[in-house]
Amino acid sequence: MTDTTWQGMQFGLMSVSDVTRNPITGETPSEAQRIRDIVTIAKHAEDAGLDVFAIGEHHNPPFFSSSPTTTLAYIAAQTERIILSTSTTLITTNDPVRIAEEYAMLQHLAGGRSDLMMGRGNTGPVYPWFGKDIRQGLPLAIENYQLLHRLWREDVVDFDGKFRTALNGFTSTPRPLDDVPPFVWHGSIRTPEIAEQAAYYGDGFFANNIFWPKEHYQRLIGLYRQRFAHYGHGTPEEAIVGLGGQAFMAKSSQDAVDQFRPYFNAAPVYGNGPSMEDFTEMTPLTVGSPQQVIDRYAAMRDTFGDYQRQLFLMDHAGLPLKVVLEQIDFLGHDVVPVLRRELQKNRPANVPDAPTHAALVTAKYGDAAPRQPRPNANRGDNVTGGSPYQDSESAFGKAADK
Amino acid sequence: MTTKIAIVSAGLSDPSSTRMLADRLVQAVFAELDARGEEREARAFELRDVAHDITNNLLTGFAPKPLAEMNDYVANADALIAVTPIFSTSYSGLFKSWLDALDRDALDGTPVLLGATAGTARHSLAIDYAMRPLFTYLHAEPISTGVFAASSDWGAEADEVAPLQKRIDRAAGELAGRLVGSARPEKTDPYAPETYLGGAGSFADLLNDVPVRG
Repeated sequence: MTDTTWQGMQFGLMSVSDVTRNPITGETPSEAQRIRDIVTIAKHAEDAGLDVFAIGEHHNPPFFSSSPTTTLAYIAAQTERIILSTSTTLITTNDPVRIAEEYAMLQHLAGGRSDLMMGRGNTGPVYPWFGKDIRQGLPLAIENYQLLHRLWREDVVDFDGKFRTALNGFTSTPRPLDDVPPFVWHGSIRTPEIAEQAAYYGDGFFANNIFWPKEHYQRLIGLYRQRFAHYGHGTPEEAIVGLGGQAFMAKSSQDAVDQFRPYFNAAPVYGNGPSMEDFTEMTPLTVGSPQQVIDRYAAMRDTFGDYQRQLFLMDHAGLPLKVVLEQIDFLGHDVVPVLRRELQKNRPANVPDAPTHAALVTAKYGDAAPRQPRPNANRGDNVTGGSPYQDSESAFGKAADK
Repeated sequence: MTTKIAIVSAGLSDPSSTRMLADRLVQAVFAELDARGEEREARAFELRDVAHDITNNLLTGFAPKPLAEMNDYVANADALIAVTPIFSTSYSGLFKSWLDALDRDALDGTPVLLGATAGTARHSLAIDYAMRPLFTYLHAEPISTGVFAASSDWGAEADEVAPLQKRIDRAAGELAGRLVGSARPEKTDPYAPETYLGGAGSFADLLNDVPVRG
């Protein structure tokens, strides 16, 4: 068996949640089918030894995942080890208050096995559907996250911004598990300001690394690492980096190519565009034997530096469940154990391990017991100042608590 | 400092009169720059060579290497000579597709010499009603003289009152005049930490005044 005790890197899946016609059978799965399948896929990922399962948020067909926390909480109840995350959560069109509440709930129910990745959305109309202006996409991402960040760190928040109604004396409930906010990744395909945002807060930065040549993401990650250091969170090597990736495998590389080609040719994101050969050369998509995938992804750190999380896109383009589960087996049994071994080698000691709730709790409290907020009795005046929790002094001092 | 000129020709045949016009234009610009003692270099690109890449770029969102290299040269050039055939009253579809796939700010502040070719001189205004607004939208700076060459301009039926070469020379003089002694457009790399946010900015600035961008 493999050494799964190494905490340096996490490997897992990221799902876009597309409901795509199988180009070979011509059948399109129902939403109900895909939703059942995604639970099977996540559980199978844990069984195969993967560390992370992430799912996206979309508000238009042909995608089914509009409410990631519901799906992830259901999966959390049926798994024991795997970390549940998003790819991505829309920081632009969601109310940051609802993100704070929903992901804190998920974090509690999942026992800390959850984090999330911020993104801005994949389709223009999602902005007007939620009453927003797409031209304000970046300002929304910046202001909303600023509020979210405070909601998880301050018991009582006063806020007056451009994009949502003001808050006075607002407490986001529940407080994060152990009063330690879920770890946040900021995902971006091309926007330097998002790399800057991740660096400013000392959060993780996740490069999609699927659609474009890796040289492009190299520049984004380079910027993030340098700015991470600029803001005093550590050296550039100590920044927390995640990468996407994409692979299709068979025992022999020719079989992989033959099996995947019909799916590639009809896939919504690259179908009718470049040939599969050109696309695999230009982007990190690797179609071949497990060894080819190992070689390609073991070399990623040469481009991006040692990193913390590698997610693969596997359930997409109309691939049937059976094939997706086989792909997860290849990943879990043949690829990831070797990558773990290889990427441990020559990893500088100052490169941080992948983020976990346990590590964040230790970082905050050391050996001390984590804070467990207990609210005061409801006197209907939680908005009059001070904190509504028993371990904080109220605005009127202890006497007023009686 | 060497003046870098990018030449983009959207002619489809080989040889093409569009490329011929582009070559004439750059020769004239070189002569004008030489007369002013300017070092210069130029690279010519045929969109035909990257036509598949342009389509793939539109479909996948990223430029394959040959197109990316061309776009890099264009974005870093001091001037652009852009020449397209006029099809159905406007620039060719391939020419527009290339610009659609080019970074929105690649031509910001770049002087552009506009050229076009067509079968007859009846299409000559296409430079001013089609090409010019397109480049203005991109915040490029098209110089006032655009050069149109009809098929007849290459033969015995040529315009003798305002011959092609005279129009070429006038445009070249304008472009050279615009380039010599003028401040070069400042191009900053949005991903380079040393120039990012003006070099000294902080995310705190973004929190106060977030940039409006798509």
